[in-house]
Amino acid sequence: MIKSIIARLKQGYRTMPFPPAHMNLPARYLGLPRIKSPELAGAAAACPYGAISSGPEAGLDMGRCIFCGECAKAAPGAVEFTKDYRLCARSPGGLIVRDKDFKRAEALKGELRRIFRRSFRLRVVSAGGCNGCESDCNVLQTVGFDLGRFGVQFTASPRHADGILITGPVARNMELALRKTYAAVSSPKVVIACGACAIAGGPYAGHEECAGIPADIPVDLYIPGCPPHPLTILDGILRLIGRID
Amino acid sequence: MKINHLSSFDFGASDMDSGIFFETAASRLSAGGRAVAYFALPDGASSRLVMCVAFDREGRLEVYSTLVRRPFRSLTPSFPQLHLFEREIYEQSGLKPEGHPWLKPIRFNTPGSVPGVADYFKVHGVQVHEVAVGPVHAGVIEPGHFRFQCHGEHVFHLEIMLGYQHRGVEKRFIGGPDGRSIHYAETLAGDTSIGHGWAYCGAIEALAGVNPPARAQVLRGLMLELERMANHTGDLGALAGDVAFLPTASFCGRLRGDLLNMSALVCGNRFGRNMLKPGGVNFDLDQELVKELKLRLENTLRDAENAVALLWETGSVIERFEGTGVLVKEAAEGLGIVGPAARASGVGLDTRRNFSCGPYEDFTMSVSGSGDVYSRAYVRWLEIQKSAELVRGWLDALPEGRIEAECGELKPDSAAVSLVEGWRGQICHFAVTGRDGKLRHYKVVDPSFHNWQALAMALRNGEISDFPVCNKSFNLSYCGRDL
Repeated sequence: MIKSIIARLKQGYRTMPFPPAHMNLPARYLGLPRIKSPELAGAAAACPYGAISSGPEAGLDMGRCIFCGECAKAAPGAVEFTKDYRLCARSPGGLIVRDKDFKRAEALKGELRRIFRRSFRLRVVSAGGCNGCESDCNVLQTVGFDLGRFGVQFTASPRHADGILITGPVARNMELALRKTYAAVSSPKVVIACGACAIAGGPYAGHEECAGIPADIPVDLYIPGCPPHPLTILDGILRLIGRID
Repeated sequence: MKINHLSSFDFGASDMDSGIFFETAASRLSAGGRAVAYFALPDGASSRLVMCVAFDREGRLEVYSTLVRRPFRSLTPSFPQLHLFEREIYEQSGLKPEGHPWLKPIRFNTPGSVPGVADYFKVHGVQVHEVAVGPVHAGVIEPGHFRFQCHGEHVFHLEIMLGYQHRGVEKRFIGGPDGRSIHYAETLAGDTSIGHGWAYCGAIEALAGVNPPARAQVLRGLMLELERMANHTGDLGALAGDVAFLPTASFCGRLRGDLLNMSALVCGNRFGRNMLKPGGVNFDLDQELVKELKLRLENTLRDAENAVALLWETGSVIERFEGTGVLVKEAAEGLGIVGPAARASGVGLDTRRNFSCGPYEDFTMSVSGSGDVYSRAYVRWLEIQKSAELVRGWLDALPEGRIEAECGELKPDSAAVSLVEGWRGQICHFAVTGRDGKLRHYKVVDPSFHNWQALAMALRNGEISDFPVCNKSFNLSYCGRDL
């Protein structure tokens, strides 16, 4: 016992303030993309996932982007990645970054916001991904991020949950399990698509083995990234329930 | 046919008459060989069976192949290590291994199959009951279905039915390499991005006849060892959590993040994405980064030592770890178990030593154990320290020079085997090119493909309440196995 206490003193207090006054992300981290020039043909050609469109509707779709940085390498004058980790949106269209300011997700409104703002439980459904998003959700429960301090928890049973957080491209083999889990959550409930796979298939876009989130499961929040940084996930969840804006 | 690790070979030369193929395979496996890959690929109107056998002590690899048109002879009854390979061959190609004890689906990806719906092993008797868990589990974890045959707490047998993570990655390598190939490799198992990414690069480089520069090799080693340290540290914390010892659980959870952040310092991504490419690496280190990494390594290791030492000094932890979930050496060898799990059962296989290459030329490490949760935990701790020693050495003496070599066209009608010691164990990528120099077939064998059966064996005659701690001591990959 005494050794545990001494160890605790040595390890120190490790919970980070959130949102942080200034975030010390690594210099090579790829966060929110910035469109520097509407001339995106070169960048579009370099993207293996068709995330960039050129022409009149030019933009970068973060929902399809896996943040490999190939576009910025091929066309440094057109696209750059900033260190801003706040990437979430309330609709797939909202994830498209154009040459003007990116608008982050707005909070839930009215009754939903009132119910979930101070106590929000999520059942995570991992469905066909690579375990990257799962790892970065898990890490939110460590002392560093301490998700619990915001009244947010991942819960074991969908019966105890206020919503589900989906990771992975929804492999066909997981479609039924996802539907059953969603159905088991009582209403009102919210759905969060976490990571490139859940949003648009990610690296597995176009595979017939993957079904995607079924159209009859309405998604309330999209958190892009491959996988999203834990801070990106935390930021998304807290924005949705109106704890930060 | 003897082949060299990480060198291309004439694929056609591996062909044998089918009678000789099965005789050779049986005699080589009897002589202590371990199947690192066994698969079928389409060949004209029929299929070709390909087996790659490793003789670990000599660091020797052999490949045999044969054309088959009809059901073939199952070798599983004599060599249990082939059980899942043969089930996979049957599921992927329809070729039936005659005499296989139980040809159940493994990924449920054939028309009409329903995930999880199969015949299960069943124990009958008064008060014998079944406990079914998953595919959606209690934690934030990948999906899989587990069925325990129990009498009260006592577990007779655990059957693990997976396939829920099948997303069809393997076949997308075919026709490549292209811009997506490296990302497929990095996400075969997202927590092993460097391990699988390196295995892929190794196979492509072998086929292109390219040697990455020494500096690139060392940077890959650095990232691979950071990946190993991060995962082992996280798992030691999770093991502590599973026996309700929260101090180490909390400390290690944070320390894992610090190690991931070191990877992000190098390449921008916590999992090492975007670091590797065939021919070399994408990111270099300057003096400042080397200094920062050294500082962080020492701080993290000091805290890890402090956090992990608590495990070994706490009676209630040791009492739960010792003697729990024993995998005996004979079972580990018979089933072809790899990685820290095998080493903890006394099997002396480490790809870094047995098939050493690049920065691992002088690698030595011998670990052993009695096959219980304690051994699997302790081996992880020894490996963390060894990895730190390697990283220290590399940061002190980074070879000068370029970080990439030009990786051109692949040699046609060739094949290459690439082995990497990922943190869970040996990763095998087997690449075959066609006449056009494009990938004609690509086979991935994740360490978890072998090791899930080890978890089932470890649970035999244990208790249901031992499951979490046993499971975490292996911490296997669902997506790496399901592909």
